[in-house]
Amino acid sequence: MAWLQSLSPDTETTLWVMLIGAMTNTACALLGCYLVLRRMSLLGDAISHAVLPGLVVAFILSGTLNVGYMFLGALAVGLLTSALTETLHRHGGVAEDAAMGVVFTSLFALGVILIKRYGSGVDLDPGCVLEGLLEFVDLNRVEVAGHSVPRALVSIAPVLALNLLFLVVFWKELLVSSFDPALATTMGFRAGLLHYVLMALVALTTVASFEQVGSILVIAMLIVPGATAHLLTDRLRTMLGLAAAIAVASAVLGQLAATRWNTNTAGMMSVVAGMFYLAAVCFSPRYGMLSVLVGNFRNALTIVREDLLAMLYRLEELAAERPLGPREAIQAVGGGVLATLGLWSLARRGEIQRDHSAVRLTERGRRRASQIVRSHRLWEAYLVRYLGLPLDHVHEPAAHMEHYIGGRLQEQLAADLEQTGTDPHGRQIPHGEPPPASGTAE
Amino acid sequence: MPPPPLEIHDMTVAYHRKPVLWDIDLTVPEGSLVGIVGPNGAGKSTALISVLGLIPLASGRVEIYGKPYARQRHQVGYVPQRESVDWDFPVTAMDVVLMGTYGRLGWIRRPGAAERHAARLCLAQVGMEAQADRQIRQLSGGQQQRVFLARALAQDARIYFMDEPFAGVDASTEQAIVRLLQALRDGGKTVIVVHHDLQTVADYFDHVILLNMRLIASGPTATTFTHENLHKAYGGRLTILDEAAEAVRRGPAP
Repeated sequence: MAWLQSLSPDTETTLWVMLIGAMTNTACALLGCYLVLRRMSLLGDAISHAVLPGLVVAFILSGTLNVGYMFLGALAVGLLTSALTETLHRHGGVAEDAAMGVVFTSLFALGVILIKRYGSGVDLDPGCVLEGLLEFVDLNRVEVAGHSVPRALVSIAPVLALNLLFLVVFWKELLVSSFDPALATTMGFRAGLLHYVLMALVALTTVASFEQVGSILVIAMLIVPGATAHLLTDRLRTMLGLAAAIAVASAVLGQLAATRWNTNTAGMMSVVAGMFYLAAVCFSPRYGMLSVLVGNFRNALTIVREDLLAMLYRLEELAAERPLGPREAIQAVGGGVLATLGLWSLARRGEIQRDHSAVRLTERGRRRASQIVRSHRLWEAYLVRYLGLPLDHVHEPAAHMEHYIGGRLQEQLAADLEQTGTDPHGRQIPHGEPPPASGTAE
Repeated sequence: MPPPPLEIHDMTVAYHRKPVLWDIDLTVPEGSLVGIVGPNGAGKSTALISVLGLIPLASGRVEIYGKPYARQRHQVGYVPQRESVDWDFPVTAMDVVLMGTYGRLGWIRRPGAAERHAARLCLAQVGMEAQADRQIRQLSGGQQQRVFLARALAQDARIYFMDEPFAGVDASTEQAIVRLLQALRDGGKTVIVVHHDLQTVADYFDHVILLNMRLIASGPTATTFTHENLHKAYGGRLTILDEAAEAVRRGPAP
C-alpha cells in the first residue's frame, strides 16, 4: 500500500469512499437481483428498516457497538420481519404488501422509541442510520495486518465475499427455488429454507453497512441495480454482472458528484443508480419506451408501405386508364407525413418507380404487392367460409390482417380453402408471383 | 405384489382448518395414464400438490411405491400449472429443462455435460431443440408448456404428476403432448394428469379419478367415466360437506 502514501489525503479519502461504496453497493445489488426476481423488492426495504430495534436491543443488552452483537440482533429481527409478514399474510388473511408495511413500520418505530429511551449518549441516532456517514469513512480506522484501513472495510469486505460465495455455491438451488419454488420443494430443495437464508444475508448486509453507509443506500442498492439489469438482459449471469457494474458505477459517479456539489455521498450514489434505472426504462433494447416508440413507428411505416403497394397492384388489375400521381397515391392511403415517407422509402427500396406525374410498381414491387393482396384475399375467403361473414363485411378485417399473414399462415389458409383460385368477390387470388398480364396500365 | 405407484389412504386436506378434500382413498395402477377430473373448485390441483407434499395433510397418508413421498422424490416428476411461474425470468428454455436434473444432482453439485446432453434430448422429444437458447418469454404458450414437459422428462421419473398440461395450448400442441404422455405410459411410466376437458377424457385416459371435494369414483375409464358418476361429480356440491367444512373452520360446536 505504499502507493497510497504517495496520494494526497483528499485523493486517498475519495478512493476509500469509492471502494467502500462500491463494495457495499455490490454486496446489496447481488442479493437484490434475487429479490427483484422473486418479486420481493420491498422485503429488502422492510428488513433494512426493521433491523433498527434489533440493533438497539443488542446494544442495550451488550452495552457495546460490537459488530457481532449488532449482527445477531439485526439477524433476529430481520428474520422476525420475514416470519411475521408471512404469518400475517397466511393466517391473518392480510394482503402480503399490507402485512409487510405494517410489520416493518411498526418495528422501525419501535427502534426509534428504543433509541430515544435507552440510546441517549450513544452514537446511534436514527438520522445517521438513514443517511450514513460515508464521507467520514476514512476517519474511523483499524489496523489490519499492519495496515491502517477504514473500519467499514473490515465489516463490508467479508459480507461481500460471503454473498458472492452463497450465490456461487447455491447457484442452482437459488435458481430453481426463485423460478419455481413448488418444483424446488418437491425435489427436496426447501424453498422456504433458502428464502430465510436469503433474508438472513439481506439482514447481515444491512447491518454491515448501516453504520457508515446508511440504510438509504442499502435500500436503493437492494432494488435499483437488480431492477435496472433486469430491464437490460434476459440472462441471469448477465443480469448479476450488470447489476454489479451499475453498483460500482453508482459508487464512483456518486462520490464524484457528491464532491462536486458538496452533498451527502450515500444519497448521491442512490441518485446516480436511479438515473441508470431511468435511462434503462427509456433506452432498454427490448422493453424501453424509446424502442417501443421506434418499433411502433416502424410497424406503422411498414403498414403504410404495404397499403401503397396493394393499392397500386389493384389499380393494375383494374387496368386503370391513367397511372396514379404521387400526390394522389399519398392521399389514397390517408396522406400525411407517414404516407409521404412510405412512398419515399418504397422508391428507395426499388419497389416503385415514380416521377412527378406517375407512380408505378417495379417488378420487385409487384411481387411484394401480390403477396399482400394474396394474404388479403385468402383472409377474405376464410372469413366468408369459416366465420360466415357477409361479403360486405370482409374487406376491412382483411385490410387489417393482410399485414400480419406470413408465408406459413398463407400456406395453411390456402390448404384449408382447398386452393380456391378466387376471393369471395370473384377476384383472382394471386399466387405471390407477378399477376397474369391482363392489359395492365403499363 | 409390488406396491402401486400411488396409494392414498384417507387423505383429508384443509386450508385454514376448513377441509377442501374429504377422506380420499384410492390406488393408481402401474403403467397407466390417469385423468383427475371434476368441476372447478373440486380440489383437483389441491389433491395433486397434497400428494407432492407441498401442503400438509390434515389427516391420512400418501405412499409412492409403498413409501412416503419424501423418500421417493427421485421417482417423481412434476409439471406445475403454467401460470404458476414468472415467464419474464431471465432463463432460456434449456436452463428450465436442466432444472429437471437438479433433483438427482442433490445439493450444490452443478449440472455438467451429461445433464446438458440429457436436457437437449428431452427438448428434442418435445420438438423444441431449435428454441433451446430462447428466453422463455419469447415462446408461445404451447411452447412454454412443451418446455415444462421436457423438464419433467429430464427428471427421468417413474411417476409423473401434471397440473393441467393442456390449459391454453393450441390443438397441435395438445396432440403432441397426448402422444408424449402415451409414449411415457407405453414405456411403463405412470402419468397422472389434472384435466378439465370432459370431451377428451375417454380418448386420453386409461384410468379416471372423479373428484368433487370427495372421491366420486376411481377406476378404469370404461367403467368409471359413466353418466351416473359424472352426474354425481358435476351435479352440484354436497351441501352437507360445505356445511361441515364451515363447521370445522368455526371450531367445536358449543
